[in-house]
Amino acid sequence: MNREAEPMTLRRRLLLGMGLALGALWSAAVSAPFLAGLRPSRKTQAEGAPVAVDLAGLREGELKVAVWRLKPVWVLRRNEKMLQTMQSESAGLSDPDSESSVQPEYCRNETRSRKPEVFVAVGLCTHLGCSPRKDGESGFFCACHGSRFDFAGRVFKGSPAPSNLVVPPYYYAADGSVVVGEDEKPA
Amino acid sequence: MTAVGDWLDRRLPWRQAVRKHLTEYYAPKNFNGWYAFGALALLVLVIQIVSGVFLTMSYKPDAKTAFASVEYIMRDVHWGWLVRYVHSTGASFFFLVVYLHMFRALLYGSHKEPRELVWLIGMLIYLCLMAEAFMGYLLPWGQTSYWGAQVIVNLFATVPYIGDWLAETIRGDYAISGVTLNRFFALHVAAIPLVILALVFLHIIALHQVGSNNPDGVEIKNNKDADGRPVDGIPFHPYYSVKDTYCAVLFLIVFCAVVFFAPEMGGYFLEAPNFEPANPLKTPEHIAPVWYFTPFYAILRAVPPFLNSQIWGVLAMGLAVVILFALPWLDRSPVRSIRYRGWYYKSALIIFAAVFIALGALGTLPPSDGRQAAAQILTVMYFAVFFLMPFYTAADKTKPPPERLQ
Repeated sequence: MNREAEPMTLRRRLLLGMGLALGALWSAAVSAPFLAGLRPSRKTQAEGAPVAVDLAGLREGELKVAVWRLKPVWVLRRNEKMLQTMQSESAGLSDPDSESSVQPEYCRNETRSRKPEVFVAVGLCTHLGCSPRKDGESGFFCACHGSRFDFAGRVFKGSPAPSNLVVPPYYYAADGSVVVGEDEKPA
Repeated sequence: MTAVGDWLDRRLPWRQAVRKHLTEYYAPKNFNGWYAFGALALLVLVIQIVSGVFLTMSYKPDAKTAFASVEYIMRDVHWGWLVRYVHSTGASFFFLVVYLHMFRALLYGSHKEPRELVWLIGMLIYLCLMAEAFMGYLLPWGQTSYWGAQVIVNLFATVPYIGDWLAETIRGDYAISGVTLNRFFALHVAAIPLVILALVFLHIIALHQVGSNNPDGVEIKNNKDADGRPVDGIPFHPYYSVKDTYCAVLFLIVFCAVVFFAPEMGGYFLEAPNFEPANPLKTPEHIAPVWYFTPFYAILRAVPPFLNSQIWGVLAMGLAVVILFALPWLDRSPVRSIRYRGWYYKSALIIFAAVFIALGALGTLPPSDGRQAAAQILTVMYFAVFFLMPFYTAADKTKPPPERLQ
């Protein structure tokens, strides 16, 4: 076989192009299972199932921290004074009506809860995910970057946190406990 | 011996490689101390790989056992404490050496034409190094490990629309968990080191293609003798191999002093809350990244949320790193070395160094109103140094560099 003057004939270029195109498609297809493997596994998903929080024994003003998907979920039984502070200090809030924060529709109200006296929220700052602490009588304070929230998890103006704390989906079970992670009992 | 060498050489061109990269690689004769940091960075890379391999033999990448396995290394493995402190101190020294190495480039214009690619590859190494350090810091599974990772991975959640999905894909879970620990371990010990090694190889090959810059910023290839050797060049080996070895000894004296007497460096190399096991439900009072990330962290915190999103801080932090890639094209000066530049660039470089250090100091401190304002001013100055660079470097009154090295 002799060496041709023009090695890149149309036929060779066509074959090469088709080979490259198929190779690119094939690579894209093969990358799918690898990328999917980075997603939460079946076990992780199962471990992220809803959790029930028993309210019995939770005193007024007391905060209970439950774990749902490794996140601290606060269940706070607000007392009269907390509910009053929430109203009296609402002038300093960035988004008092929860217009741009994440919460289920049934919690887009003044107390950001299904029942005014019980507040449920994901206890992670919407800034960068630190866990704020209950700060005396005024609300919650995130020590990482200095964000302040009231007892409904609404952020005060001047905080680095862009929005109110996230309220997870939850419902009251027949026994009075709070089930976090679902909007209502599955039928 | 020659016979063995010949046998090898017929199968692997090692003599040619030694000549090309060592005995007949001509480097300018006027290197000063700043030129040791490249070799020192290579030394630290080797220290990190060797100590890392030994740590891997006793470490367990599992949420339940990781913290205890590190304590096991510290207490029960013979000399395990030494290997771990070498590795943790090595991380900090890696950044120290790399920062000085990069500053050397700014001093003498090593990023300028024709060494742009050397600079770009170096920047990629720096990015990998940041990823490597960040993922490595999660492995001890202490409080700072956990919450530091939580904060940084949540940066990805600020991306519009796909943010939550992206953060979940990175973590493999709804929060930082054992799943995350396991994959960070894989990336820290296998994937990223391989990429770093490949990039370091390319960094050196690209450097040897164009030749080293020097404190005068004068191209030695412009003056060659009859044999084609640069008149102002000397062979890398033995001249600079000996000099680098001498510098390595000095470096190791300091390095060992830290390893033996101050491995925690007052909480700056190993942070106090990290001696407490990770607790997803309790954030430590104050989270600060390790010192080498604090300048960028201060920039992140300095930018307030806007339009109900805090992606702006994340973008500013990202830009603070990425803008360095553009340096060869932002710098319009006709000369390379600071010795022949005017006072615009000289002042800009002093301001940049001072701002970087001041931001770094602010990043270690808890937030307050005064510090917030200071960080905002410094952030503006940081970006001004780069955005105004095309103007002040072009307008600068430079002196004509000499024809040959001084």
